[in-house]
Amino acid sequence: MRIVHYLNQFFAGVGGEDAAGAGPELREGAVGPGRRLAALLGDEHELIGTAFCGDDYASGHTEFAAALVEQAREAGAELLVAGPAFTSGRYGLACARILAAATEAGLPAVAAMSPDNPGLAEAAGIPVIESGATARQMGPSLERLAAAARKLAAGAELTAEDGRIGPVARTNRMAERSAAERAVALVLRRLGGDRDATEIPLPDFDQVTPAAPLSDPSDALIALLTEGGFVPAGNPDRLESARASKWIRHSLEGRDSVEAGEFESVHGGFSTQWANAEPNRILPLDAARQLEGEGAIGGLHTEYFATTGNGTTVADARRFGLEWAAELHGARIQAAILTAT
Amino acid sequence: MLLCNLVSIAQRVGAPRIVPTRGIPYPTGDPSLSAEGERAWRRQLLERALQALATPVTEPTVFDGDPLE
Repeated sequence: MRIVHYLNQFFAGVGGEDAAGAGPELREGAVGPGRRLAALLGDEHELIGTAFCGDDYASGHTEFAAALVEQAREAGAELLVAGPAFTSGRYGLACARILAAATEAGLPAVAAMSPDNPGLAEAAGIPVIESGATARQMGPSLERLAAAARKLAAGAELTAEDGRIGPVARTNRMAERSAAERAVALVLRRLGGDRDATEIPLPDFDQVTPAAPLSDPSDALIALLTEGGFVPAGNPDRLESARASKWIRHSLEGRDSVEAGEFESVHGGFSTQWANAEPNRILPLDAARQLEGEGAIGGLHTEYFATTGNGTTVADARRFGLEWAAELHGARIQAAILTAT
Repeated sequence: MLLCNLVSIAQRVGAPRIVPTRGIPYPTGDPSLSAEGERAWRRQLLERALQALATPVTEPTVFDGDPLE
């Protein structure tokens, strides 16, 4: 089969965050990790082209995906492969949009990303194969992706045994064994210690019960929070730029604004040049103080909390959220404004 | 409440009150504006955030409409 491979601007060798705004483009042949992928796909398949787009562009212009898939089709593509996107959120989202556009155009498609990638939920039933968390796992991730692409090209369905993750579209098919036999087999696996075996995987996001509204913000204590890797200059608490294992707090007392040179972002998932030139772009203290001074906000919490939302595991993020909620409850804060990058 | 650019992800993970912003690297900024225009826009964004906090919701709800438009 003739295959087109999707990469972001970084893996396509176009550039780092400085090139994240680059528009979609299709090039002939394999690029970057695509070279290894082409070798793994074997002789019966040909990687005819590489489609790529800057991560910021792909986030803001959803039409990039349909445009690239159309170009790939015109170039003769019969199957699309995207990634691996590891835990990179914008890249994972772009891969999911490529999968959706390919499916819409009638082309089979498969992507690879980490189970923690937020793009996974966007893939909506189109096959995604598990990759490692970082590019250090490029080798084994490409091997799994290539094996899945070969199987898909042969017309077979991808399952958990191929490393498939995420939501699976339910389809009708004839089972080899009766429901009673399969149910007993599942019970036996459960008794044998397998807690995950199921025929109907459920989405694993929590249900979030919305908090009651504030009756009057001008009477409320409000906290500013961010996952933008926002730290005092020099990062004294050593907050990580990716895969954060902790969160930090810093006093806002006596400040009307967060000034360049005093605060910065250490987030490793986007270019921090705009945040560092004007830190209120991540933590909106100047505007919040104005509204507090005018009485539109009852009062601002004396400190802000920050972590880095970049490849952070869902388990760690959940822990940070629980800790923040407990801290804010203890300080009698009634509402929080969280900025997310 | 959440101020963010990737609204579809925020909705999917169940964030109850969402105000959309203009770019991933600057949730409460817009470098394309003059410094003064940007400060005014940020203030309007926060006013929208306060409005969201004071509004009853039962599911992920996007409070959109760009404050400057």
